[in-house]
Amino acid sequence: MFDNIFGIHEPALLLAGQRLSVLANNMANADTPNFKARDIDFAEVLGGQGDTPLPVTVTNAGHMTLSDNGVPAGEVKYRNPYQAALDGNTVEMPVEEAAFAENNVRYQASLTFVNSQISLLSYAIAGQ
Amino acid sequence: MSLFSVFNVAGSALNAQTIRLNTTASNLANAESVNGDPSQVYRGRHAVFQAMMDDSDTSDDGQDASAGVRVLGIVESTTPPTMSYQPNNPQANKDGYVYASNVNPIEEMTNMISANRSFSSDVEAINTARDLLLKTISMGH
Repeated sequence: MFDNIFGIHEPALLLAGQRLSVLANNMANADTPNFKARDIDFAEVLGGQGDTPLPVTVTNAGHMTLSDNGVPAGEVKYRNPYQAALDGNTVEMPVEEAAFAENNVRYQASLTFVNSQISLLSYAIAGQ
Repeated sequence: MSLFSVFNVAGSALNAQTIRLNTTASNLANAESVNGDPSQVYRGRHAVFQAMMDDSDTSDDGQDASAGVRVLGIVESTTPPTMSYQPNNPQANKDGYVYASNVNPIEEMTNMISANRSFSSDVEAINTARDLLLKTISMGH
C-alpha cells in the first residue's frame, strides 16, 4: 500500500535536485572557454514514469532483474545555444537563470505535494 | 545527494571569480606603471578558467553531472607596451623614453562588471540550494 504513496513527485523531486546541480554547473562555467552548457530534459525523463513497465520474465539464474522503482537517471544533454560566444562557450546567462527559476518552482511544487500527502496520512493515522 | 554538490560547484565559481577580480584590481592598480626597460614593465594579467570534471561523481548513468570551475593559470597580455618620451622621469632610459604598462582600463572595467555579474549569479544559486535543502529537511512537519 505504501509502495508509491508520493506518486510521480518522488522521482520528480530527485530529478529536480539533479537538474539544479547541472544548472549551477552551467552558471559556474559561464566564463570558461569552450564549455558547453548542459541540461536535463524533464519531460522526457519523467514521461515514461506514469506507465507501468512490462514485466520481465526471469528464465535463467544468470538473468539480471530490472529494478522497477529506481530513480530515473537524468540524461544530461548539451544545450542548443541561441548565439554561441566566440570562445566556444554556450552558456547564456538569461536562459540559465530562467531554467533555474523554473526548476526551483518545480522542486517546491513536488515538495508541497509530498508534504500534503504526509499530513494527509498522519491525519488518517491519528484519526482526528 | 545532488543538491549538496551545488555548494561545491558554485563555491568553486566564487573562488575563480574572486581570483579574476584580484587580477583586475592588480591590473588597474598598475595601469600607470612605467619602466625604462620594456621587458620589466608591468603587463596585464588575466585568469584562464577551465571546467573541472569530478571523476568521483560516477552517478548511475556514468555521466559527470557536477563539475565546477578552476583557474587553470594566469596569462600575461602580449600587447606591446606603449613608449613615450619623458626625459624628466627618473625611470627613463638613456634616450629619455619610458614604457607604460599595456593595461587597457576600459577592458579591465568591463571584465570587472562581468566577474561581478557571474559572482552574483553563483551566490544566487547557493542561496536557492540552501532554501530548498532547508525546506526538504523540514519535510513532513
